Amino acid sequence: MDAIILQILNGLDKGSAYALIALGLTLIFGTLGVVNFAHGALFMIGAFCAVTLSRILTLSHEVIDETKTDFLGNPLKVDVPYLYDIFGQTTGDAIIDWAVPISILFAIPVMVFIGFAMERGLIKHFYKRPHADQILVTFGLAIVLQEIIKYFYGANPIPTPAPEAFRGSFDFGAAMGFDPNTIIYPYWRLVYFAFSAVIIGAVFAFLQFTTFGMVVRAGMADRETVGLLGINIDKRFTIMFGIAAAVAGLAGVMYAPINSPNYHMGMDFLVLSFVVVVVGGMGSLSGAVLAGFLLGILESFASMAVVLETLPGINQIIIYLVAIIILLTRPRGLMGRKGVMEE
Amino acid sequence: MMGLTKKDFTLLLIVAVLALFAPFILNPFPEGSAMAQFNAGYPDLMQRLVIFGIFAIGFNILFGLTGYLSFGHAAFLGVGSYAAIWMMKLLTMNVVPAIIISVLVAGVFSLLVGWISLRRSGIYFSILTLAFAQMSYSLAYSVLTPITGGETGLQPKAGDPRIIDRALGADGTERANFFGLEMGSSYDMTVGNWVFTFSAGYYLAAVVMLAAFYLSIRIFRSPFGLMLRAIKSNQQRLNYTGLNSKPYTLAAFVISGMYAGLAGGLLVAMDTQVGAERMFWTASGEVVLMTILGGAGTLIGPILGAGFIKYFENIVSKINESILHQWFAFMPDGIEDFLVAIVYPFIGKGWHLTLGIVFMLVVIFLPGGLVEGGQRVARLFKRKKPADDNPDGKTTPAE
Repeated sequence: MDAIILQILNGLDKGSAYALIALGLTLIFGTLGVVNFAHGALFMIGAFCAVTLSRILTLSHEVIDETKTDFLGNPLKVDVPYLYDIFGQTTGDAIIDWAVPISILFAIPVMVFIGFAMERGLIKHFYKRPHADQILVTFGLAIVLQEIIKYFYGANPIPTPAPEAFRGSFDFGAAMGFDPNTIIYPYWRLVYFAFSAVIIGAVFAFLQFTTFGMVVRAGMADRETVGLLGINIDKRFTIMFGIAAAVAGLAGVMYAPINSPNYHMGMDFLVLSFVVVVVGGMGSLSGAVLAGFLLGILESFASMAVVLETLPGINQIIIYLVAIIILLTRPRGLMGRKGVMEE
Repeated sequence: MMGLTKKDFTLLLIVAVLALFAPFILNPFPEGSAMAQFNAGYPDLMQRLVIFGIFAIGFNILFGLTGYLSFGHAAFLGVGSYAAIWMMKLLTMNVVPAIIISVLVAGVFSLLVGWISLRRSGIYFSILTLAFAQMSYSLAYSVLTPITGGETGLQPKAGDPRIIDRALGADGTERANFFGLEMGSSYDMTVGNWVFTFSAGYYLAAVVMLAAFYLSIRIFRSPFGLMLRAIKSNQQRLNYTGLNSKPYTLAAFVISGMYAGLAGGLLVAMDTQVGAERMFWTASGEVVLMTILGGAGTLIGPILGAGFIKYFENIVSKINESILHQWFAFMPDGIEDFLVAIVYPFIGKGWHLTLGIVFMLVVIFLPGGLVEGGQRVARLFKRKKPADDNPDGKTTPAE
């Protein structure tokens, strides 16, 4: 029992990342009808927003520290972050420590801007062109974005720690009456799961309960009719693209402490999140979220030692296997509507 | 001639001449000169140029002709490579059985993958092939380690059985050969300051490439090729006329898979080693880049694209900051640094950035690839009678 709970928990954080990226992909696909291969790159840029902000916060200048001397008795120079000058040392340290959560604020405008720029500058011209062209041009864009990041940040993963308060682990075992230390789980992963639940809830609420969301949903169902009603649907779709980019970016920001950001993390997640979208059903938002969590949990179950003994390597291929079976038996995916991209 | 129209035969002839004289053409600069780093006439690179040319020619039959965008073709390249290396380990270091078996095994594997993937089309087909390829990669990397060597990969070892070689009493070298002619052997011709290298391996690969190219012309011009083109333009309409398009798409898929296997087998014949990373999905992306860049649906496009990308990968990526400083040394200091700072991100290690940008520009503005670009430039100079080469006023790259 405790092993099962542990695997479910383990699957949640990866599942959260899958679900958030797949949610963004589905928003873009459902509204604009565009297959965005650059979506993984947006996730990566989000992670690097966190890196950038923590670098900005630790920008420092040299100050001669009279209290410390080298062996000759000369005063030493020490680096002092500018933040200390503004907020004093204690507050400054606290701000630096909380760099990752703070970068959420920083990342939202950046990601929305990138999303707008992408849609207006590039994607707009590809609505009428075949899906293959959309895949190709966004694949090219993904390469370009990835290389720009590599140029500025180098090819090595950059460790980005979570705030001090969230390092360490929570002992589920003790809390739930099992043996202590059987189910321990890092705090930050819990935060990641809670965060993604909030984001997913917010996106659904936005689509469900606002007039804007209602119009967008109507546009997803029938774009032309909504346009004929005199509603500027293009503008709303651009905003939706910005929101989708922000969702991917935020998923990336919060993922940074779990896995040090590197320039190819986008490509690594991209293939899997496409698989998630297909399993969930193209164009179905709830399907994307459901499939994201399901596949994440399934993957962690497949990595259990018991399973690996009987079926070695199954953890590597389980997701693809599921995707292939689903595509062949139920092409519209778990919750896809009939007729969307079905051939 | 050879069952080709005059135009196609000229094209084949041009490619043959280019392939034959590649050691001269790719080595235009004398040894030791400042431009010598642009020389691409060394065997390793020349082999890659033609082998990836074969890969791209095959991919073009599926994507350019039939319109199915596969993101998993590197899997067939990898399967072909593994099959070839096992032939070398078990039977003989002669490359002929290795190449033949790599084509066959890749054909069988692509029949299986194609039979399943082709139940869907469009984006679903792309994702299915992607899933299959990633699965094969993961399997080769971990589960199938006894067969694939896992992380370390495979290469021929002294202790391998090599039944045929033993029976013939050949010396136990682990170098690939073609009936005794070693693939790695080469002859250097020195003319003044120029050094031209003629490599046995390269010429074998080039001959195979010419054969593959000839076959692809015949496929393009055959009734079968016409059918594939019809599938690309409107499969639904074709089905309504009562034709079953499935066998045709499957045949195209298997043929392109066999081309990929051939390329994989040749890669092994040249450097006798395989690793699983050859099958990663970005490797499949590379052949997509090649085909689109050169011109999908054109005969010569994929070869051009493969050549372009492999040349850049090997030559431009070697330019570093100090070489740039040498180039711009004649400028005043400030401008020199400025120019170097601007150019540097796009070359050397950053050449992928250039590739990505060029690729995007091609997809946006030149759907026919470099070939269409060339045609447009050619038309600029032939303004007088534009009606001649383009009766309908549109570019039709598939011709």
